[in-house]
Amino acid sequence: MKPPPFSYHAPITVAEAIDLLGRYDGDAKVVAGGQSLLPLLNFRLSRPAALVDINRIPGLDYIRADGGMLEIGAVTRHRAVERSAVVAAHCPLLAEAVRHIGHFQIRNRGTIGGSIAHADPAAELPIVLTALEGEVVITGPGGVRTATASEFFITLFTTSLGSDELVTAVRFPTLGPGTGSAFQELARRSGDFALVAVAAALALDEAGAVRWVRLALGGVDLVPVRAAGAEEFLAGKRPDAATLAEAAALVAGEINPESDLHATAEYRRQLAAVLTGEALETAARRAAEGGECGHA
Amino acid sequence: MHEPVTISCTVNGRHYTRAVEPRRLLSDFIRHDLGLTGTHVGCEHGVCGACTVLLEGDAVRSCLMLAVQADGLSLMTIEGVASPDGTLHPLQAAFREQHGLQCGFCTPGFIMSILQFLGENPAPTDAEIREALSGNLCRCTGYVQIIAAVRQAAAAKAGAPGVG
Ligand SMILES: Cc1cc2nc3c(=O)[nH]c(=O)nc-3n(C[C@H](O)[C@H](O)[C@H](O)COP(=O)(O)OP(=O)(O)OC[C@H]3O[C@@H](n4cnc5c(N)ncnc54)[C@H](O)[C@@H]3O)c2cc1C
Ligand code: FES
Ligand code: FES
Repeated sequence: MKPPPFSYHAPITVAEAIDLLGRYDGDAKVVAGGQSLLPLLNFRLSRPAALVDINRIPGLDYIRADGGMLEIGAVTRHRAVERSAVVAAHCPLLAEAVRHIGHFQIRNRGTIGGSIAHADPAAELPIVLTALEGEVVITGPGGVRTATASEFFITLFTTSLGSDELVTAVRFPTLGPGTGSAFQELARRSGDFALVAVAAALALDEAGAVRWVRLALGGVDLVPVRAAGAEEFLAGKRPDAATLAEAAALVAGEINPESDLHATAEYRRQLAAVLTGEALETAARRAAEGGECGHA
Repeated sequence: MHEPVTISCTVNGRHYTRAVEPRRLLSDFIRHDLGLTGTHVGCEHGVCGACTVLLEGDAVRSCLMLAVQADGLSLMTIEGVASPDGTLHPLQAAFREQHGLQCGFCTPGFIMSILQFLGENPAPTDAEIREALSGNLCRCTGYVQIIAAVRQAAAAKAGAPGVG
């Protein structure tokens, strides 16, 4: 189908975009890569009075690492993240996860800010943000604020973003030496949204025991979730096969997936355990092999 | 502001200026306003890949862009791939020789996608070819001959940089 009529604005500053969003008072939609919004418009599931296109605003497309933090501008395309040597060096988990988004033609257009703002519970980037305890940089009429994943993702396709606010950047902390991370997902066809996806990040101490671990899952709830029970269980233990298997089983018990057209709750629970086991094993191996060189 | 907006863009090296409604999809602009009907439309939600064109050299879904968003930019569609004298591009020749098409509905989208893919990865493995083709659907061929065509084109060095 074709989109319903709307007014179109292509501001060239963030301030102008925010002003436009304020004037439409919730009736305007931001368009970035359009890879989620355009299908909604074409199906007429969304009928905004206006579109505010942020693609012509300079300065929102950058990848920068400093002070133990990787910062990526909101309009940076998934393909740029995928190809970036800076991302590979400072946030290998993000580099690994972004390749799972759709197809390369989708990644040529789709943006990091759009993926975070869209808040699909199975989308890869919100899961990475949750696992790494990163933050969303938000600009509104009152200036700039930041939100953690749990402050930002409210429920299905719903965030704490005000109708006159823009996501302007996303930040991921660099993990540094002695750490390892891994991303695992299962989708029925290449390029589909995941049925279940798991991001794991952990640090080992000198004795090879888990100093800390973070596990985030998508596709199992209305927002990406942390597996706090399994994280607690693993802390201080050596990541041998039996321990990781026990942690994976704990994850299956602490999530609340629903059945839908694509998979039953039971299958999702089982997948979550299998993928968690694989992600943990890979992350532990990478940490033992020397870890991520965040200071590169 | 629902009124037409005047845009200019370059398609296959030719400059066009047209007035378009903001809601005009780039795919419909190409087909209906410019009359370049080689770009096909299947699903209009980004899944089938039939509408794929090159935007500044990158393969994108023209059904997921507005024509107004292409203002000032440069596009290539399937009509721009063969030489002006009609000689097929080596990738098109490979599709013909390997029987990489039957009804041909999906073919323009495959060609535009593979042009970018081979431009970036001139000597792909079979696994890489399969992954790269996953964003285009074909209901006829069963894909095997399309993979053979990409292999032949790679051997003939048919990536995007060589395109007219
Ligand atoms: C065939 C297909 C397969 C896909 N597969 C996957 C997949 O496997 N995994 C996945 O994660 N995604 C997938 N996607 C979606 C893709 O990743 C999108 O790029 C992403 O979800 C949204 O980014 P965008 O820039 O395209 O946003 P848009 O479509 O432009 O916008 C999406 C939403 O976010 C809002 N928005 C965008 N940018 C901002 C901003 N800076 N500030 C505030 N609000 C903003 C918009 O108003 C809109 O509500 C797929 C899409 C397609 C078409
Ligand atoms: S018509 Fe654009 S992807 Fe199907
Ligand atoms: S040749 Fe008919 S759809 Fe591909």
